[in-house]
Amino acid sequence: MKRRSFVKKATISSFATLIGAEIIFGSNILEGYVPLALQDPDPFKMFNKNKEMVLLNDKPWNMEAQAHLLDDAITPNSCMFIRNNGLIPETIDVKNWVLKIDGESVTKEKTYTLAELKSKFKQYTYQLTIECGGNGRSEFNPPAQGNQWTIGAVHCASWTGVRLRDVLEDAGIKNNAVYIGYHAADLHLSRDPKKEPISRGCPMSKALQDETLIAFKMNGEEIPLVHGYPLRLVAGGWPASVSGKSLNRISIRNIVHDGEKMGGDSYRVPCKPIEPGEKIKDEDYCIIESMPVKSLITYPKSGAIINKGKTLNIRGHAWAGELEVTKMEYSIDYGSTWKVCTVEKAKNRLAWQHFKASVDFPQTGYYEVWAKATDSNGKAQPMLLPGWNPKGYLNNACHRIAVKVK
Amino acid sequence: MSEELDFFKQVKKVYRLLLLLFSLFVIAGGALVYYMANPEFFNFNKAPEVAVVVEELDPDRIENGIHVETGFVDAEGMMTVVRNCTACHSSKLILQNRMSADRWNTAIKWMQQTQNLPDLGKNQEIIVNYLATNYPPVDTGRRPGLTNIDWYELD
Repeated sequence: MKRRSFVKKATISSFATLIGAEIIFGSNILEGYVPLALQDPDPFKMFNKNKEMVLLNDKPWNMEAQAHLLDDAITPNSCMFIRNNGLIPETIDVKNWVLKIDGESVTKEKTYTLAELKSKFKQYTYQLTIECGGNGRSEFNPPAQGNQWTIGAVHCASWTGVRLRDVLEDAGIKNNAVYIGYHAADLHLSRDPKKEPISRGCPMSKALQDETLIAFKMNGEEIPLVHGYPLRLVAGGWPASVSGKSLNRISIRNIVHDGEKMGGDSYRVPCKPIEPGEKIKDEDYCIIESMPVKSLITYPKSGAIINKGKTLNIRGHAWAGELEVTKMEYSIDYGSTWKVCTVEKAKNRLAWQHFKASVDFPQTGYYEVWAKATDSNGKAQPMLLPGWNPKGYLNNACHRIAVKVK
Repeated sequence: MSEELDFFKQVKKVYRLLLLLFSLFVIAGGALVYYMANPEFFNFNKAPEVAVVVEELDPDRIENGIHVETGFVDAEGMMTVVRNCTACHSSKLILQNRMSADRWNTAIKWMQQTQNLPDLGKNQEIIVNYLATNYPPVDTGRRPGLTNIDWYELD
């Protein structure tokens, strides 16, 4: 045994002693990878996040951005929200990592190594908007249960990978296929190896879209561990939970996928509108698909004080799930009057669109600038909260910032 | 006789020499052992010592009515909540939420059905009572106003 590899093995086994658990494939561990349990307990350092990100939960990790942190056209890792349902995989053995395609509706079960995926299929890069289904939950009344996201559980990064469609078609899709379900390497909070923290998916129609990727790069680099290293399903425009992290298996199902968090009130909303606080039966829930139209003012940061007579240039992003944003407006009088913002076309389908406007204020005082996007079906963001639902999903109410003119 | 005396003297000399050598060994050995235990002793350039008071990390410490380790309000049933609810997830998940007893019970039921939470027995009532009393829903209307605005001059 070479001395260096002996030292490496010895170090890994002492890591194992320290965290009181055996590290499987310790000797194959990714170079430079330090087991999470031993890393810096400061999550901002550990995940390379901006210090102004807001930590909501540390077991499991949940962290959101603030509107002004999302000003970049393409969201950098430092400002991307983290939403984990389980624990981050403790070991990632990239050399032996395989993605398996199985399920009732696969013609022939197949497995692909990372190298095979990268060499066998054509690679594509798209900017894709991913928003947590529960973004905006904190505003629901009566309060909805779960992490209390305000506005920062959304990002639009650049993802590189292969089309899910190409991989599924290589394995073969039977005519009776209706849904795909993903499985991943993350751990259940209870550490029960038989349980999956989350295993969701999407209908075949979404799975077969050009922009639905099995990604291995984010913003041109390896996907950070907390965002789904080494493989992530990326389904832009749908609740972020469809974009499963650290993928190791995709099942082509002949039924609507019935994995963890596909049922109950998880990522499901009442099919028909209900009274706030009302209880409904399980069969009256519908799975969230495309996310609703929404926008964020990312500049200036809320709380700006400007001098009288000065024009305020505002900017931000707007997105509309599967659809396009066709109109963007702002109001400084609580919706009495709306003025139009210029809004750019999306870089590619499912990428957020950038808007800007020059705002003039008639006199000194306290103002709120409200932003409202309208999608290609003519649906606009509501100023008040949309329909109450038990888990507080789909709050696409207008974003607003406070401004003082002195 | 003088020869005998001479020999005796010589032996004594050697004996003294050996004794000296032996004591030197003992002293050197002793010093080495002492150095192993207190390596700082022979460092004559060391900085003046600063007394550091190590604060005791008491997992039950309460400050201003808040349980320091978890952030929970110190009230009846709190330790039952700490023991039963923070093994799998962070207390931060609880602290973010405001619910009625009915909905806290629903959350517990969901955790039992899907998250391996065992039956809580008599503790369930204590836990739900604590949560519904200290973390009840607050009526925020259809849209809360902007609060905690951090004002700054924009050039």
